[in-house]
Amino acid sequence: MQIARVIGTLVATQKHEKLHGGKLLLVQPLTLEDAPRGVPLLAIDAVGAGVGEKVLVVIEGRAAGDAVRRKAAPVDAAIIGIIDRVTLDEGASAAGRDSHARERRGAKGQS
Amino acid sequence: MQMARVIGDVVATMKDAALAGHKLLVLQPITPDRQPAGRTLVALDAVGAGVGEHVFFVRGREASYPFLPAETPTDACVVGIVDRWDVDGVRS
Repeated sequence: MQIARVIGTLVATQKHEKLHGGKLLLVQPLTLEDAPRGVPLLAIDAVGAGVGEKVLVVIEGRAAGDAVRRKAAPVDAAIIGIIDRVTLDEGASAAGRDSHARERRGAKGQS
Repeated sequence: MQMARVIGDVVATMKDAALAGHKLLVLQPITPDRQPAGRTLVALDAVGAGVGEHVFFVRGREASYPFLPAETPTDACVVGIVDRWDVDGVRS
């Protein structure tokens, strides 16, 4: 799976029938330092994620189809989880840990 | 899936029999801010998209699913036409 941030929404009334009723979200894959990595993707949402949230995305067709419980759906990316926290050990990038700590402090500081 | 703009089409009279009757579109993948995002590709059309439209496409084995039970040899298929998208509250 990949870690990504939900950056937007997309509306498409004309689409394959197996995609009807599914929410389509634009997601930006991230490095462990929360920097953008690669191009934004369109994923079908299986967990009710919202814009701004950090999510787990599966980028493989069969898994994506399983995630949305639709057989033979022409999908290759699905959001399968909303991330609460990523913890990296001492050897991993300090910048990554600091950015997560800043996010938590920032969230607590908001009223 | 990835967003793309349809920039052309392909005619190929001699081709795999399973592709007969299907439209072949030339796509330029794009980012949500309409910048090119990678190489152009040719994809089958499953939704009646036209040149100039913004679409999204699926890659891999799932690209053949819209044509089941026929086994269609394709690795990319347009599965939706985009009406609009919103990024960071800015509508496109």
